[in-house]
Amino acid sequence: MEFGPILRALSRNKLGVILIALQIAFTMTVIVNAVFIINQRGELMQRPSGLDEASLFHLRSIGFGQNFNEETSVADDLSRLRQTPGIVDATVINALPVSDSGSSSGFTLDPGNLESVVPSAIYYADHRSLNTMGLELIAGVDFEVSDVLVRESSSNTNADSVIITQALAEQLFPDGWQSAVGQSIYTPSQQAIRIIGIVRRLQAPWPQWSDIENSAIFPEIVIDGSSLYLIRTEPGEQDRLMPAVEEMLAASNPQRILRQMRTMAETREESYRIDSVMTRILTVVIATLVFITAMGIVGLAVFSINRRRKQIGTRRALGATRGAILRYFLLENVMISSMGVVFGAVLTIGFNMFLVQTFNMPRIDWYYTPAGMLALILVGLLAVIGPSRAAARITPALATRSV
Amino acid sequence: MFIYYIRLALLSYRRNPVLSSLMVLAVAIGIGAYMVIFTLNYFMGGDPIPHKSKQLFHVQLDYGDPAFADFDPPPQLTYIDATALLDLTSAYPRTASSKFVGVVEPQNREIRPFSVNGRGNFSDFFTMFDIPFQYGSGWDRSADENRQQVIVLSSELNNQLFGGANSVGETVHLHGFNFTVVGVMDSWSPVPKFYDVNNGPFDPIEEAYIPWHLIISLRMDRSGNTNCWAAPEGDGFQAFLNAECAWIQFWVELRDNAAHEDYLTLINNYAAEQKSFGRLQQPVDKRLFDVNEWLIEQEVVPDETRILSALAAMLLAVCLLNTVGLLLSKFLGKAPEIGVRQALGAHKGSLFIQHVIEAGVIGAVGGVLGLGVAALGLEGIKVLLGDLMVSDWMHLNVTVVVITIALAIVCTVIAGLYPIWRACTINPAIHLKMQ
Repeated sequence: MEFGPILRALSRNKLGVILIALQIAFTMTVIVNAVFIINQRGELMQRPSGLDEASLFHLRSIGFGQNFNEETSVADDLSRLRQTPGIVDATVINALPVSDSGSSSGFTLDPGNLESVVPSAIYYADHRSLNTMGLELIAGVDFEVSDVLVRESSSNTNADSVIITQALAEQLFPDGWQSAVGQSIYTPSQQAIRIIGIVRRLQAPWPQWSDIENSAIFPEIVIDGSSLYLIRTEPGEQDRLMPAVEEMLAASNPQRILRQMRTMAETREESYRIDSVMTRILTVVIATLVFITAMGIVGLAVFSINRRRKQIGTRRALGATRGAILRYFLLENVMISSMGVVFGAVLTIGFNMFLVQTFNMPRIDWYYTPAGMLALILVGLLAVIGPSRAAARITPALATRSV
Repeated sequence: MFIYYIRLALLSYRRNPVLSSLMVLAVAIGIGAYMVIFTLNYFMGGDPIPHKSKQLFHVQLDYGDPAFADFDPPPQLTYIDATALLDLTSAYPRTASSKFVGVVEPQNREIRPFSVNGRGNFSDFFTMFDIPFQYGSGWDRSADENRQQVIVLSSELNNQLFGGANSVGETVHLHGFNFTVVGVMDSWSPVPKFYDVNNGPFDPIEEAYIPWHLIISLRMDRSGNTNCWAAPEGDGFQAFLNAECAWIQFWVELRDNAAHEDYLTLINNYAAEQKSFGRLQQPVDKRLFDVNEWLIEQEVVPDETRILSALAAMLLAVCLLNTVGLLLSKFLGKAPEIGVRQALGAHKGSLFIQHVIEAGVIGAVGGVLGLGVAALGLEGIKVLLGDLMVSDWMHLNVTVVVITIALAIVCTVIAGLYPIWRACTINPAIHLKMQ
């Protein structure tokens, strides 16, 4: 192999080498970190909420006027909904997973000790909530209708039973979450609450929250001016039922407005829209950068080959095969790229450290950097194949011409 | 001479169109992408009320419980503190404010009842934040104290209810009560929505404004962020009001240093007094934030934009490195021509100027194209974001256009300095020999 001659030739054109190597280094830094961010956001979006999202939709009813009685309206609406053919079940709930808006508090085994409070999202829903959401009860029992407490939003007394997620149970009872059923836990205001059941999974409403798996459901209907209904339909019935339900509820009581009728899929899309926007922008950035860098490599390769046409002709005249010329330029490119990706690896890790420190992002997985190095060398090779083949076609006769 | 050099530059562009177009493309993409992110930062991190931002202050008190580790003090105020601060002094314009939602039942029966986002605030709110009015004005201070049922409408709500006519004196039926319209706002949409960054810093403004005390006395349905660090003692609304629950934004206007000193002393004394009563145990570094300090403290610019800024800067760097390389190729390829010009007596200085202008022309063309890239990029982001945030402000303005073109030219010339220097120091003899 002609490492020696290539190196000597490169050392006569240091700036050209540095320019390409730097471009490759920056490109690699951006691409590797961007791919990492894309994958990471993708993972966030993939986390299951615990709900049977595909068959759920929701809408909000806001009553007005002096004659509106929220409690009877909720009872009436729920019984109408549950009797509608095609609807599996319905519940009234204060907030929804993935929706980015809700309520949080915490629980402890040691009443009054605020330091020991484990944070948790709090859902208030009636006794049909588990069936409606499609949650998987893995221990204990579901709510009974007699558990349900109807209260004003200004009241601070909770129902005395609760169903919590496995993740929350694990944090409250590190020795074994199975032992949580039947135990009492305490709210920050020191009310004792009995855990009657545990569900495998129910996400908190905020996708960015660090304790997203910690949730608790109280069997409560909160009277606060508006009621959010969550409705589970038979498969494929959603599109037909959504307008029908809106019409039915509007007709049953004109003293209210119905708003925000959406499927869970739409709610999810909206909550994660920033992430998908970010993903798309980064994809465009990656594509653009690869294009620009490849064009830069092509441009400089064509230039450097044109300057060396005569030398190439001479080598050919002295017996070098076309393959040897092609190999020379490919090898030269790999050598330049290698310098670039080594520097790029340093920059990539440095930039990731900056992201970790400034934005609390996770550290990049080890395999991203070598994969990025390999990818960039490959891009360089692909870019330089065209110009190198053109170089290989230079005829030996060129050596004898003066220009 | 300048014109002649520009003509030479254009001629040189045409002689080597592929290489030149590659350069223009690199500059356009690099600058365009950078300007998209620059525009986002320019507005999101910009000063929403430049002529007054140093005079408007948000009040932060020592909230939280030392028992909770890593507890960021809630940025809003509790009812107890908000009312205490209102009573503290009325020498300076000040306003408490909070959000609510309510149902409007239009008198015109053809319009179905609908719900609106509203805000309870004090009369000073309108003057402090320089809110423009289409009709009428804000209410008087006396209306605050007397809990008069008056209302200010956004121009959108006025269009919806009254077809955009002057509705001052008309009645709006909101939340089951009658309110008299005193003013209709002109279009106003501060970016960021600095007066309430805790409930969506890029959300649209509220549609209805009423005296703040009515939120409590009429029991409006509050809708903003509420953050409690101690459970209310007892049940009921009064218990909630007395609790350590922050849900009220509080702003004060302090026009000079003396006012600032005076007010700071007042709230420092208040905090010390409350501390001696056993409240406000978690000290904060700073109690008065002006608008820009507040926007930084509350990290209004999303992480995404900040990450993208860094990436866009690197993208620009790649594009410029690319341009350096391509300019080098181009100028060295012109060596014979430069040799001839030198031999014919061209001064090194004039060769230098000629090539700076040639680089500048490429930069300018790249910059103009870059504007297109930036406009396209912003439009794309707007489409992707959809109704997630108010995005009317996402467009190129004069400042951004000027900066883009200037940046493109300056960057290209800087990128060209080394290639230009190489081109000017060519030994003419060698190239003349080769001709």
